[in-house]
Amino acid sequence: MSGYEFVALSLPPLLIGIFAAVACALPGNFLLLRRQALIGDAISHVVLPGIVLAFLVTGTISAWPMMLGAGAAALVTVVLIEVIRRLGRIEPGAAMGVVFTAMFAGGVLLLEQSDTSDVHLDVQHALYGNLESLIWLDATGWGSLLDPVALAGLPPELGRMALTLLFVALFTAVFWRPLKLTTFDEGFARTLGLPAGALGLALVIVAAIAAVAAFDAVGSIIVIAMFICPPAAARLMTNQLERQIGWSVGFAVLSAVLGYMLAGYGPLWLGFENAVSAAGMIATVSGLILGLAAVFGPCRARAGAPVAD
Amino acid sequence: MIWDALTLQLGYNATLVTIGAALLGIAAGVTGTFLFLGKRALVSDAISHATLPGVGLAFMVMVALGGDGRALPGLLAGSALSAGAGLVCVSWLSRRTRLAEDAAIGAVLSVFFGLGVVVLTVIQSMSAGRQAGLETFLLGATAGMLWNDAVVIATGGALVLLLALLLRRPMTLAAFDPEYAVGTGMNLRRVELAMMGLALAITVVGLKIVGLILIVALLIIPAVAARFWTNRVGGVVLIAGALGGASGYAGAALSATAPNLPTGPIIVLAAFALFLLSLLAAPGRGVLAAVLRHLRFQRRVHLRQGLLALAQGQPIYEPLTLRLMRRAGLVRADGVATEKGRARAAKALLDERRWALLRSDPRQETAAARYDGLTPLDTLLTPDQIVELDRNLGPRTAP
Amino acid sequence: MHLELASRDGHIEPAEGISQSPLAVRGLTVSYGEKPAVFSVDATFAPGAMTAIVGPNGAGKSTLLKAALGIVQPLSGRVTCWGRPLHTQRHRLAYVPQRASVDWDFPARVRDVVLMGLYRELGLLGRVRARHVETAMACLSRVGMEGFADRQIGQLSGGQQQRVFLARALAEGADLYLLDEPFAGVDVATEKAIIGVLKDLREQGRTVVAVHHDLSTVPDYFDRAFVINTRAIAEGPVAQAFVPEILQEAYGGRLAGAQIGAAG
Repeated sequence: MSGYEFVALSLPPLLIGIFAAVACALPGNFLLLRRQALIGDAISHVVLPGIVLAFLVTGTISAWPMMLGAGAAALVTVVLIEVIRRLGRIEPGAAMGVVFTAMFAGGVLLLEQSDTSDVHLDVQHALYGNLESLIWLDATGWGSLLDPVALAGLPPELGRMALTLLFVALFTAVFWRPLKLTTFDEGFARTLGLPAGALGLALVIVAAIAAVAAFDAVGSIIVIAMFICPPAAARLMTNQLERQIGWSVGFAVLSAVLGYMLAGYGPLWLGFENAVSAAGMIATVSGLILGLAAVFGPCRARAGAPVAD
Repeated sequence: MIWDALTLQLGYNATLVTIGAALLGIAAGVTGTFLFLGKRALVSDAISHATLPGVGLAFMVMVALGGDGRALPGLLAGSALSAGAGLVCVSWLSRRTRLAEDAAIGAVLSVFFGLGVVVLTVIQSMSAGRQAGLETFLLGATAGMLWNDAVVIATGGALVLLLALLLRRPMTLAAFDPEYAVGTGMNLRRVELAMMGLALAITVVGLKIVGLILIVALLIIPAVAARFWTNRVGGVVLIAGALGGASGYAGAALSATAPNLPTGPIIVLAAFALFLLSLLAAPGRGVLAAVLRHLRFQRRVHLRQGLLALAQGQPIYEPLTLRLMRRAGLVRADGVATEKGRARAAKALLDERRWALLRSDPRQETAAARYDGLTPLDTLLTPDQIVELDRNLGPRTAP
Repeated sequence: MHLELASRDGHIEPAEGISQSPLAVRGLTVSYGEKPAVFSVDATFAPGAMTAIVGPNGAGKSTLLKAALGIVQPLSGRVTCWGRPLHTQRHRLAYVPQRASVDWDFPARVRDVVLMGLYRELGLLGRVRARHVETAMACLSRVGMEGFADRQIGQLSGGQQQRVFLARALAEGADLYLLDEPFAGVDVATEKAIIGVLKDLREQGRTVVAVHHDLSTVPDYFDRAFVINTRAIAEGPVAQAFVPEILQEAYGGRLAGAQIGAAG
């Protein structure tokens, strides 16, 4: 493959995939340790009603209103889950199941009822995304990376995703200590005067932002997979939170790169003509990595239950 | 039109599908109750998403064998196999590694679903055109369904319902009191396996109607909604079955009335409407009842504390206490006790003293355990017992 | 009877002025659902003393502690520390939660947990410097755990976990230590180590308040007792508040005669 082909066709989707994967994996680590891993699943389901509503309100398919709509839907979901859990004294998993299925159903119904035939808005797109189509038409080769005119033609998703990743990484770095403290021992954190409830909500909101931005570029599947698989695999590699974050970022990048390459070139090597879904393949690769970590990871087994001596 | 649909007058296929959806709904409500009570509601989410690669692979196998890739029984068999594999993965990850079950569920559902999407794109590229229809498994579609498929669904619905009813007793025991269940010689693992198998069967039967993304709603929402109405397991099962059946019936019937009313979402929204009704209006555990009860309780606590403070001549700090007492006519606007307030305060103090005495009397242990700071003692003891108690109370200290 | 300690309605006269007390609660009611776990409790804990909070299971001991710390929201009542609102005095408080209240499978080493006690000093972004690590190690050696700094916390025994929690509280350098069942399910060596540390703290003039379940050790370990059963029953020096009549009132017939004998 020539440099031109790579830079124009593969580099942007590859970078977007990497950014999306890491942006989701970072908050995923804390969600995993807080037993809230499935919040990512819930959020990515309700993105659909969010963007459909945004479309109905604005009448256009443009990124910012849709991301706002999706963000609002994610926030509504989180609040609804909490309300149902508290008011009904329902376990969180079940409360989640009630809310995200109902909102997703509402989104599908809205979509079917509204006239979206002339715009590209459908359930499949919401689920799979379309990573392969995010190409850089202005690129002529590696040199384009230094060419401001060509750079202006980069897919806008790349910039958005890079910004999102930056934001998520900053949040994780700045609130590292409070996040770690409230995740491990919420009661103790409260006695330090840390707003444990607000921090928990902030974490979920940041996860929602990552999910919404990633969803826009790559679809729901990657989002759910990246929230859970890289952090889970990382947990099985180490017993230290700092290292777990490092492993999870590594696994997320590896999943994105390997998945994208396998989806694009794997079928060609096998003699097929068409590539397969990159989003699906990235999720699959992350699952394989988790499987390997579950079999070989040095910290895969639970520590012996503390002995009451 | 809607009336026609609800009274099953839209033709044989629609009728069969509606009946099938109702039976499926009942079975899902019943089975979902046990998943929910065992705090494992979202396992069904992993099961349903894990069906996708099976559907795709079954299609490819059937085409490779020269058959029609879209034969429903074959696709359902494939989906059952891959959902079973997903279930094994969830169980293996949460048992053998340190990962919690929710992480295992999330990993399995996203990875299997991703794999399924890969398989679907493979199918697209190898036999363009002929795959049309596999996507309907995502959201369910009953429009234009073949007679044979409708029969498969109705039969499947009846079968899973029958199974759920047969397994009702052991599942109740296993979900409610696992230790006792083991004590009676029950093999918990096998019951759990049966429960998961049932959830899997419901998912598979529901694939064509509700779709794999939303079928989980049918297993969760009716059970959660039913929980608001009663505290008895048997009652929850019954109500969940009824709510599930009603959602399935109404949803399938309504969606048959117009082309752009997809069956799955309508069924789910019907179930959600019933859930909202339960959440708000159910007596006992419903939100309205709970809010009223809490306000009443808060008022009792504050009044009682205020009265005790009055009786001891202590200042009342809490603004809410003062406000409530003013409204009840126990203190004047300036905070000084009224006649009524003094009388009630004296009575509250007497009650506290009686309680204290009661607690130090070993014979009254059962009564003393009922102490919550609020219950007047004369609602628990007979007048004779009160007189007896007062005799030991000694001289009354002036408040 | 003990009328001099608690008037018969359960309201306790402050032993000393509220303004000096490191922890005082007034009219505290906490309720989970419809039944108050703690009802209209007044309590004034004496400065520089070791006080045991005792009472039967479900009597609201831990709830009282958690409400006093602002971990659970009370239905009514106010909490003051040294006469000031709780939130202005948090930096002078250290809390040792029940061991079972956290997930010990959390990916952290012993030293990471102890460093959490230095959060106030480190802040959001402050770097962990050599002196912080030294403080943490010193706290660990005070509880006899200096050899375990790099151990994964899930690999510790129950007693060791309890000691790590105490070391974390020591790192806070507080004036008031609040402990929730510090001796529950720990080995003899740990119990000795913990009580030694607590007595040292008292020697330094700090205040210790601990929820305690083992009545037989109250007179040995503590100066004062706060007896609670939903209402406050009594508070005072062990010789006066920890006597059979009061315990009988708190525990009812559930208190074995032997235990009263040992206690009285």
